[in-house]
Amino acid sequence: MISAITQSRLILALGLSIAFTALLSLLTGSQAIPLLQALHQSFNGGPGIYGLILTELRLPRTLVALLAGASLGLGGALMQSLLRNPLASPGLIGSASGAALGAVITLYFGLAGMFTLALPIGGIAGALLATLTVYLLAGRDAGILTLILAGVAVNAFALALVSLLLNLAPSPYAVQEIALWMLGSLANVSRNELWILLPGTLAGWLMVWRQGRTLDLLTFGEETAASMGVDLHRLRWRLFLAVALIVGSAVSVTGAIGFIGLVVPHLLRPLVGHQPSRLLIPSAMGGGLLLLTADIVVRLLPAQGEIKVGVVTSLIGAPFFLWLILQRKRDMS
Amino acid sequence: MNLLHGESLAVSRQGRPILTAVDISLNRGEMLGLIGPNGAGKSTLLRLLAGVIEADEGRLSLEDKPIGAITRHERARRIAYLPQLSEIAWPMSVERLVALGRVPHLDPWQHPSPRDRAIIERVIVQTDLQPFRQRAFNTLSGGEQARVALARALVTEPDILLADEPVSALDPAHQLDVMTLLSEHCQSGQSVIVVLHDLSLAAHYCHRLQLLHQGGTLAVGNAEAVLTPENLEMAYAIAMNQTPEETQSPFRLPWRRLS
Repeated sequence: MISAITQSRLILALGLSIAFTALLSLLTGSQAIPLLQALHQSFNGGPGIYGLILTELRLPRTLVALLAGASLGLGGALMQSLLRNPLASPGLIGSASGAALGAVITLYFGLAGMFTLALPIGGIAGALLATLTVYLLAGRDAGILTLILAGVAVNAFALALVSLLLNLAPSPYAVQEIALWMLGSLANVSRNELWILLPGTLAGWLMVWRQGRTLDLLTFGEETAASMGVDLHRLRWRLFLAVALIVGSAVSVTGAIGFIGLVVPHLLRPLVGHQPSRLLIPSAMGGGLLLLTADIVVRLLPAQGEIKVGVVTSLIGAPFFLWLILQRKRDMS
Repeated sequence: MNLLHGESLAVSRQGRPILTAVDISLNRGEMLGLIGPNGAGKSTLLRLLAGVIEADEGRLSLEDKPIGAITRHERARRIAYLPQLSEIAWPMSVERLVALGRVPHLDPWQHPSPRDRAIIERVIVQTDLQPFRQRAFNTLSGGEQARVALARALVTEPDILLADEPVSALDPAHQLDVMTLLSEHCQSGQSVIVVLHDLSLAAHYCHRLQLLHQGGTLAVGNAEAVLTPENLEMAYAIAMNQTPEETQSPFRLPWRRLS
């Protein structure tokens, strides 16, 4: 089948790009490192600054960018397919803002400073709680519009609470810490962050394993999908929980990173013939690739202190999204 | 033994009764026409039989087995539902959309077998979709879209096909084609329940008609027994121009297919 070949080619192309970009990422930073020497140092366990930079900083940062980006891309593809809406983002059901609120609470009360895990746990808990609230608010038999509206309401409320905490922050230092975290960054990522990111991410990915066909059937609308054997409640629950886990984990580690979940599935959808099941893996790969690329750009930008990667993804993502919409408008007319 | 048997089926929404104590039965190889005015409960009954909604009261069984005892997936393999509006979220190609009709027969990672492909191919030809197979759904006309939706349901090879106004968007020639396809589906031992507004088509193609009115069954039987002046007046508030007494064939089709 022509389309299947196209999809495997797409996956291959994305895979090669990821490999190339990952290599670039290992070599990019304020300190130039000779890769072979660094590899030699890290594998032989000998002390050496190059080996340390590679294994303790660059490699975790690269992997975190790939995993978090993949989660955002996959989360976007899942939500767009579930809600049958190309404008849906993984944050639509509250996962991102919930995670931000959870994380900010730990920053506000100083918990994050007391033990490392506080912030990510707060973030994931916030994501789960916000998503659950959306689900319960919308009700068991909610239509898509109700779900989206409930998501908008919960997002607005969570962000209002974040603003409140910023407003009430005890010191300018706390305000700065919260605000900077909100911008989204991979600058301070180490192995710890990688271990924090992994469990929720893998659990979420596993939960959506083999759900592609079910999402394909949703193309016909919920009633027809139900008549074709789809258990809508279970599917919603599963996807909500999975997206809360993967996006919550990603946001907890990287802060808020916009537009990847929205733009990547959008960009790749025509390449896979618009079929939801074929979009999932490429979206995850594309999300990882995009975040990693943005993070490399950030490291290369001459700036006083790093520009935050979340700022870059939004700066590139928003005009790009506008361009996509204009393209679509032109195609339609 | 009836293939499908429903007894005293009742559905209400927000306290308002939509179906009240409806009985329905379907035999193998039978085409049952559900007719009745707008709001009579035809679509609700079909959605109930499709498993999309649940009955508040009543019993429904498939080959004497309570419908609740049949798994969701077996039911999806045996009963296909074609809703009134063919809503497609993504502009996928005709071929891929039709192929999704085989999904109830496949395990999550199982690829369509040569047999599945042969069925898909046959249905695409049957439904006259060959020229559009690579086109995106949203670029098709309303009639072509309706045929894609029908093809998707036929590809499932269900024992029972539930079709809600499958011909309402079609030109007369394709109306006849679709009704003929449904008839052929019945001749191979499978059964169809079809909601129709065109009483001539219903009388001509269906083995039996069930006339619904205000959520209940007004009449059930062959066309002569159901489409009586009294029933038509009661259900639709219409009168026939010719009564059965005045002509031998009141249910003559107003058109015929020209090759």
